[in-house]
Amino acid sequence: MEPFTKIKSIATPLDKVNVDTDQIVPKQFLKLIQKTGFGQYLFYDWRYENGAPRKDFVLNDTAYENSRILLARDNFGCGSSREHAVWALDDYGFKAIISTSFADIFYNNCFKNGILPIRVSDETLQKLFSTKSEIEIDLEDQSIIVDGVTISFTIEPHWKKILLEGLDDIAVTLLHEDAIVRYEKSHKI
Amino acid sequence: MLNITEKILARASGKTSVSPGDVVFVNVDKVMVHDVSGPGVMAVFEKLRKTGMKIDKIWDPDRVWVAEDHFVPAADKISAQNIVLLTNFTKQFGIKKHFKYGMGQYGICHTLSHEEAMVLPGEVYVGGDSHTNTTGAMGAFAAGLGHTDVAYVLLNGKIWFKVPETLYFKINGKLPDHVMAKDVILKIIGDIGTDGAAYKTMQFGGTGISEMSVESRLTLTNMTTEAGAKSGIVEPDQKLRDYLAERGVTKYDEVHGDADAQYEKIYEYEASEMEPIVAKPFSPENTVVARDLSSIELDKAYIGSCTGAKLEDLRAVAKILKGKTVKIRTEVLPAAMSIFRKAMDEGLLKIFMDAGVVVGPPTCGACCGAHMGVLAKDEICISTTNRNFPGRMGHVESQTYLASPLVAAASAITGKITDPRDIS
Repeated sequence: MEPFTKIKSIATPLDKVNVDTDQIVPKQFLKLIQKTGFGQYLFYDWRYENGAPRKDFVLNDTAYENSRILLARDNFGCGSSREHAVWALDDYGFKAIISTSFADIFYNNCFKNGILPIRVSDETLQKLFSTKSEIEIDLEDQSIIVDGVTISFTIEPHWKKILLEGLDDIAVTLLHEDAIVRYEKSHKI
Repeated sequence: MLNITEKILARASGKTSVSPGDVVFVNVDKVMVHDVSGPGVMAVFEKLRKTGMKIDKIWDPDRVWVAEDHFVPAADKISAQNIVLLTNFTKQFGIKKHFKYGMGQYGICHTLSHEEAMVLPGEVYVGGDSHTNTTGAMGAFAAGLGHTDVAYVLLNGKIWFKVPETLYFKINGKLPDHVMAKDVILKIIGDIGTDGAAYKTMQFGGTGISEMSVESRLTLTNMTTEAGAKSGIVEPDQKLRDYLAERGVTKYDEVHGDADAQYEKIYEYEASEMEPIVAKPFSPENTVVARDLSSIELDKAYIGSCTGAKLEDLRAVAKILKGKTVKIRTEVLPAAMSIFRKAMDEGLLKIFMDAGVVVGPPTCGACCGAHMGVLAKDEICISTTNRNFPGRMGHVESQTYLASPLVAAASAITGKITDPRDIS
């Protein structure tokens, strides 16, 4: 995977709570077996109506065309464990998702695919939703910089290392099982 | 002072003790993939092969089992092709426990996990499906994983977990006749919210659980996923031992929590105060008592899924439908062939058909909106399933109300959401 260091981009505001993985990639696309190309199906039922883009859906707003950061509300990624949801977000171009909370399996799936999910407070999320400015995310520094303000975030040390170095979780875990346990112990958040 | 989950994880990681928050590498006892996660895992294998990794065998084919459930009977050409892929996969890696559609026993993966005693008390079980939590009612640690994690387990037989905190739900007394386990878990989810147990274990105990059948307990653990839980669990007891013995299994290594086990929080409920509950669209936490929704007119009743089509669920439905006629489109899809057969032997299928119901083959079917009776725009369904997110059962503007089999059957007769106490 590509190492994740810093990204700077405007953020796409998806103002909905409890967005489940079936909204992220609807069930009709689960039958496809390749791991790439899911971006076109991202939020499909919200994004298209009878094959035509819905003007009122944020992904169809050209202002957010090159956005690499998704802003979401509580419990993002709940529901089915389908990893296709993360494959679609990645393929579409999102590299970070910021929310107050994520569903557990989805959260883990993000790291396996080089996407950084960031948990922030209600207050921080509100601030991010209300700005039109670019947002900078610095993983090494564990910070979000927006409108001249720096907000720090926490992340499990193991996941930080995986993303920073662009490591493949399977390969890493194979080689470094003991090291991971030691590392997590010494860096408990 | 360890609870059952901590003890299972300690044992599986070769430790004498673990605490919530510890990272442990555990040896996995059983792994499951189905016709959606199987091809997903194959895609991960393909990606790994491209990086030069050689994958010509898996860790232990005898500990892996495979279900065909989401898109069977094959919904279209692509799903038919996926079943072929799954078959090639099990052949290639020597996996013998492949429950194939149209060849004897098959059904929804979570249902097979208990019907076929695929998972035993004290084991660590992971599956490529979010409702893997279901099987925790067998006294096992059971958790769902993404495709990459399942691929990892298939290669190594291990996975790492952060030991979860446990929320203990103590149910006192016996449930009234018109109340089912589904009402209990909907009540709990309504109280704690859809992320109320995020990354935690939900354990169920108390006299209310001792009174409950194993099948009822499976309904509770199944829906722990809807509260965001990592896993759900019930301690083994004589009822579970009898259930397993009926399936020819008597040898396993039970784990029990210590008498002074620690829990993050204990919630207490009086069974006698429980009422039929319904979760309104579009969230399982959106709960009200069934009677408050008596004005909601329905288009369809769906009795199916790993949550709501076990034998006792079908018996409950038959109790209501006997001698009656349904007023709305109604489907019953038993969750596994073994249940289908018992329903036939007990005469339940005749009751359903006499009532005008369609009885269909075991499948995840319309529960996940895949096929077999999905909903049109603006249609309203009462369902014994576990999720009612937007579009879950079909069109993104359809609506699903989650309910117990008794409520779904009573509603099928009246065409409106109905408390089973209110029908003659």
